[in-house]
Amino acid sequence: MSKDAPSLPDVEAILARVPYAAFLGVRAEAHGDELTLILPFKKPLIGNPALPALHGGAVGAFMELTAFAQLSVVARLTRLPKTIDITIDYLRSGKPVETFARARMVRVGRRVANVHVEAWQNERAAPIAALHGNFLLAEKA
Amino acid sequence: MPAGPKIADDAPAFVRTAANMMGKFTPHAVAIGFEVAAISRARAVGRVAYREDLIGDPETGVIAGGVVTAALDQVCGMAVMAALDELTPVATLDLRIDYMRAATPGRDITLSAHCYKLTRSIAFVRAVAFEDAEDDPIANATSAFMLTARPAQPEP
Repeated sequence: MSKDAPSLPDVEAILARVPYAAFLGVRAEAHGDELTLILPFKKPLIGNPALPALHGGAVGAFMELTAFAQLSVVARLTRLPKTIDITIDYLRSGKPVETFARARMVRVGRRVANVHVEAWQNERAAPIAALHGNFLLAEKA
Repeated sequence: MPAGPKIADDAPAFVRTAANMMGKFTPHAVAIGFEVAAISRARAVGRVAYREDLIGDPETGVIAGGVVTAALDQVCGMAVMAALDELTPVATLDLRIDYMRAATPGRDITLSAHCYKLTRSIAFVRAVAFEDAEDDPIANATSAFMLTARPAQPEP
């Protein structure tokens, strides 16, 4: 990892500047250059109150933010990437507890990055959802 | 906001009786300000008003892609409901979204979904997000839903 890459405070600063990240209540933790994003549970994230289960859209949005945050670190972006396309697989019902997500860069090209994200709750090996997507990268610093 | 959703006569009876409440039972739909605009057989139209706390890019004021994702998921689920004859729990299996362009800052977003195929266990849905016309889309979505979602198992 280049020493020029944004450090964690930068990622938190990026998240803090995005009103929607605050709306969801997303936080970030770094282990070296690998980020874990955390979505604390709150009632407005519920999609199905009968189960209860998290809204698929909220889980998808959380994974998209995880891709943005990890891309910002890896590709040293000064501006947020743009989403070209995303595919979300819903694997398990999201329980009303804290959710975590990590992104893996499948390929980071000059203009486009292909990213895979997994979201899980109590058990890392039992993901509740996965996302893969293509993102258009803005100019590098 | 409009007085209430437009409900076509061909919408399922259980949907017609609950149409004014549709979405109100979904806390996350309420949180992003999702409103049902119209329901007809196998079709649903929803709207999300522009709001500053939903901005995804502070430099442009463009609403977050996640809001569009959540609203598309919601409207797709409603189109599935509108294709069924009785209230059936559904769960999203997958959702693919292609983003053609950024949403226009300050504008409301309309979401239109069509459940174009229903099998015994799976519903297939297409949806589009736009401001003025479907042929000038912000995003397209395709999604598959499982019918009769298995209820959460009680904790041991």
